[in-house]
This record gives sequence, structure tokens and C-alpha cells, in this order.
Amino acid sequence: MMPALTIALRFLKEGRQQTALIVIGAAVGVAVMVFLSALIDAVQRDLIDKTLGTQAHIVVKQRDEVARPLYEPRSAERLLRAIQQPPQRLRPILNAKTVLEQTRSTPDVQAASPVAIGAGFAVRGEARKAVAITGIEPQTYLGIIDLSVRLVRGSYRVGGSDALIGVELARQLGLSVGDKLRLLTTEKRTVVLNVTGVFDLENKDANERWVVLALAVAQNLLDIPGGVTEVDAVVANVFDAREVAAKVSRRTGLSAESWMDRNAQLLVALSSQDSSSKTIQFFVVLAVALGIASVLFVSVVQKSREIGILKAFGTSTRTVLRVFLLQGLIVGVVGSLLGCALGAGLSLLFRGAVVGPDGRPTLPIEVPAELLLGASVVAIASSVLAGYLPARRAARLDPAVVIRYG
Amino acid sequence: MDEPILKAQSLVKEYGGSTGARVLRGVDVSLRRGELAALIGPSGSGKSTLLNILGLLDRQTSGRLQVDGVSTSELDDDELTALRGNAIGFVFQFHHLLSAFTVLENVYMPHYVAVGHVDDAMMARARELLSRVGLADLQRRKASDLSGGQQQRVAIARAFMARPAVVLADEPTGNLDTETADEVFDVFRALNTEEGTALLVVTHDPRLADRCDRIVRIVDGLIVSDETGRSQGPCRACGYGPCLAESCLRSADIPRPLLRP
Repeated sequence: MMPALTIALRFLKEGRQQTALIVIGAAVGVAVMVFLSALIDAVQRDLIDKTLGTQAHIVVKQRDEVARPLYEPRSAERLLRAIQQPPQRLRPILNAKTVLEQTRSTPDVQAASPVAIGAGFAVRGEARKAVAITGIEPQTYLGIIDLSVRLVRGSYRVGGSDALIGVELARQLGLSVGDKLRLLTTEKRTVVLNVTGVFDLENKDANERWVVLALAVAQNLLDIPGGVTEVDAVVANVFDAREVAAKVSRRTGLSAESWMDRNAQLLVALSSQDSSSKTIQFFVVLAVALGIASVLFVSVVQKSREIGILKAFGTSTRTVLRVFLLQGLIVGVVGSLLGCALGAGLSLLFRGAVVGPDGRPTLPIEVPAELLLGASVVAIASSVLAGYLPARRAARLDPAVVIRYG
Repeated sequence: MDEPILKAQSLVKEYGGSTGARVLRGVDVSLRRGELAALIGPSGSGKSTLLNILGLLDRQTSGRLQVDGVSTSELDDDELTALRGNAIGFVFQFHHLLSAFTVLENVYMPHYVAVGHVDDAMMARARELLSRVGLADLQRRKASDLSGGQQQRVAIARAFMARPAVVLADEPTGNLDTETADEVFDVFRALNTEEGTALLVVTHDPRLADRCDRIVRIVDGLIVSDETGRSQGPCRACGYGPCLAESCLRSADIPRPLLRP
């Protein structure tokens, strides 16, 4: 074994309580980092899951129509007082098949499905509710939003006159599986549907407004035969959605919006959560590092005679420096191991203790290996850094002085 | 064996620049291999400063010092440390053992840390030294459990561990009773003879100085006498051997060093 390591271990062993305290300090620091990161991560994943539960990751649509006023080329003067932007008509994607293919074949796109959405009313007796007529391709749409697992009543049957509605709409119209529902558009087109299932997307707006029916029926109803209003897509990693959307947009020549653009507020919230968690972790690490540094400083003073003896007998300044850096390293390593165990334990305990009425954990906290590794690397690096100033002081001790005056 | 192991010429040590104290004012002293010499002098005479410089723990302000044929003024701090580890052993007044370590570890550990590796020969040497200072049975004990005399014997074994050419001892018996002091000195004497290691002992104890081959007296930063052999005779002022009484050291018989204006 390296002599510096032998001495470092012995010094740590000798200062039993001191060593125990700094190791525990480091462990608590690592545990806080692990637990906090895991918790924030779980909260964020939960939020994203909830948000994306009713949304596609990427929505491909026709570009908005813009007014392109003409100017007198040689005149710098503006000729127009105001430019009126055109109203956005319902402009279907007519080459839906090609767009679908292009979207599907974009790298990182996992699934894509055509959708025809338009406004309409659900009518039953005297009641009339504004709804979103949502025409889907039942098979491919499962890859976008899996409505089959969201059903509270009935079965996932969409096609012909079979349709699904949300729990809220069902309640408001007094509908249940097997009942008839009439849809009416502003163009006075109408169709009578058969309610085959009722879903709950845990989102009031969707539960109240969505009427999910076969694509062909919706196309007729909206008067866009063969056309779709949008192509929905899902990507492998939700945070890549923006880049993938840009690629899809380039391929198709259409507008492709990611969930990140459609939920800017959510992203701001996520990133501020992230930065507050990072800030807390930074100060935890700082506090732990200062603790380690101060304990090692005390140890340098306590061990100055020993250091003096070693130097008198020919131990180099470098070796003395190493002895104290190693003490920092050992504290960091042991603290990290304990802290990882503590943090992981705490996270699992939290997951087990905080459960919903169905017995499933409210927050499915996970402690991935990368998190443990990352927290350990940060802790070990700061421990060694914390050991540097005390180590330099020890290395600079003058043996003649400490031997004489202790 | 004529070549000196330590050779100092006109050593001067000043503290705190031009206005500061001049602790050594031109010391010439050399030590041959195997020699056992005492360095005596009143408090504040510069003994410890001289010992620190000879032991390469401190540097002189001017003058030349050769250790084992190497001129030290050209060495940087690391080279000085390495030379110190190889050529010089120390015994301090308050024995200064490593309290966290066992007796055996105290003997070999400083050398091991200095050279960076340990082997069977080194361990055998440490055990042998311990048995020569009469502590073979205590090698596994914690250093702090030993008596003062035992601790000092451990310190002596440690000083000889690296087979240094010279061992410097600063008041090695300073806090021991007379009988223990004699035992410790016997150990010194024996190792000095067996290993051929030169020894320079700073002491206040006239009886101990009397048992050395040579007595070097330092007063006010200058060597005032350097007598070899047992025949140095009693102090001409008080009649006792190598007397250290302030009045005797300053008596008319001994050339009193001139103080700077």
C-alpha cells in the first residue's frame, strides 16, 4: 500500500469521532442530493406524463396563412397603413398519406396518426354542448394516446357510428354506453353516433369536449373528404420533441409544433424547479465541503508534530500534501457510498409511504444508477477540493518549528 | 574514516533581516564518522539553531555546509529533504513518537513514508533495532503506552533506522531521571560503536557530556572551545568537568566572544 494512504487511514482512524462526523456529513449531503434529484425528477415526469396524456408530442398542420402585402419596390415609404391578417380557415392536409409517411420515417418518431378535428355540438334532447369532433384512425391512434387504458366504461370501439366520449360529457348529457348521441356542425351537417365507451383523461377540458369517432365519419361531418386537419406524432424521448418537430417540418413543408412549444409555461415551471433544486444541492455540497475542510484544518493542527517528524525523517512536501488530499478522498468515497444507500433508501421509503387510494405510489420515484454516480462524483470531487487548503497548510509546516514548539 | 561526515564553515544565521538577531556568528565545526560529540552551551547560545542547520531542517544565512560530501547550498528543498532522510537521524527532547502507531511502526514508518516502499529487510532491521534497545517484547504496543525512557529508546531506534551517517540528538535525556538518562545514553553509546554512526548530542547534563569523546562549547553564536578526549579536565573556574554554569562559561579563562557593537 502507498505510504501516504497508510498514514491517511491511520490519521482518520485515530480521530474517530471527528472522522465519523465528517463522513456522516458527507453522507447526508449525498443523500440530500440523491433524494432531492429523484423527487424533483419524479414530480417532473409525473407532470409531463399528465400533460402528454392528452397531447401528441408533435402536431403537424398546414402553415398559417399570412398576408403578403405588395410594396412599391423603389419607394422606401410604406404604402399601407395597416395589414389585416387573414382569418385561418379550416385547411385540411390533402396529401395526408404522404405527410404521414414522411412523418413516420423521420428518425426518432415512434408513431404517427392522422386526425381530423373540428368544432361541433353534441345534442341530446334539449341539451347542446360544444365539443371537439375528433376523427381518428383507431389502430394507429393508440400509439399517440392510448385511450383503451383510459376507458372507465365500455370498450375501445371506434368505427362506423361507434364513438367514445369523455366522462364529463357523459355526465352532462346523461349518456352511458349504448346510448345514442347526435353531432351537429355549424354547417348543419349531422350524424347520429353510438356511445361505445367512456374515457377519463384526468383533464377536465378533454373529458368535457372530446368526442372520438372514426376518421371517415369526421371527414364527412367536417366536409373535408379524404383530408386531415393534423398528423399527430410521438417521439422516443419527449425532450427531443422540439428538434424532431423541426426535422418533420423540413421534410413535410408543413408546420410542426412540439408539445414544448404548446406548453411553454409548463417548461418554464419545469426549468425553474430544476434550477431551484440545483441551487439547493449546490449549497448542500458547499456546506459539506466547508465542513470537511474545517475538520481537516483542525486535524492538521492536531497532527502537526507527527507531520514534523515525518518531514524531519525525509518525507517530501508532496507526500504530506497527498496524505491530506487522500483523507478528503476517503471521506468523500465512504460518505458517497453511505449517502447513496441513504438517499436511495429514503426515495424508496417515500415511494412506498406516499400512495394514492388505489395503492399505487402517487410519485413513482426512481433512483437510476447515473444519479447515484453523478452525486458521488460531485461529492468526491468536492471532498478532495476541500482537503486541498488544509493539505497545503500541512505540507508547508516547518519541521524545525513544530518539533520545537509542538 | 578521516573524511568528515558533517563539515560546516563560517556558518552564519540571522533572523529578521539586517536589524534582526545574529544567532550564529561564524561557526566552524566538523564531525567525523563514528564520532560521539557533545554540543554544550547556555540557553540562547545558538545550539538548537546550529543543530537544525546541521540537520538540514533550516538553512544558514551564509557559510558552507557539507553533509556526507554533498554541499547543501546548491540543493533545492526537495533534494535537501531527500538527503536528510538518507543521511541524518534525529532524536528529540520530547521523543515525539507517532501516537497512533505501534512501537514497531514508529521505528520503520518515518523511513518507509520517506522512501515510499517497505520490504522484509526493512522490517527485519526495525525488529533488530528494537531488540538492541531492549524493547523487542513491546513492538506491538501503542507508543503512547510506554514509559518516558522506553519511548526515548524507541526514538533512538527510529533515528538509526535508515542507517544514517549521523544522528543529531537535542537534549535526548532532558526530561528523564538520572538513572534512565544513563540507560538511554548506554543505548546511544552501543549503537554509535556498533553502527559506526556519528552522534552529536546537545545537552545540559554535564555528566552526559563528560561521557562523550569530544565536547564542543558554543556561546553567543560562536564556538568557544572544542576539546577531544577524556582529558579536558575540570572547569577551571569551578573545578567540575564540562561545567555549564553561566558564571563559568563567562569566566576569564574562556575567551569571551565579542558582542557586536
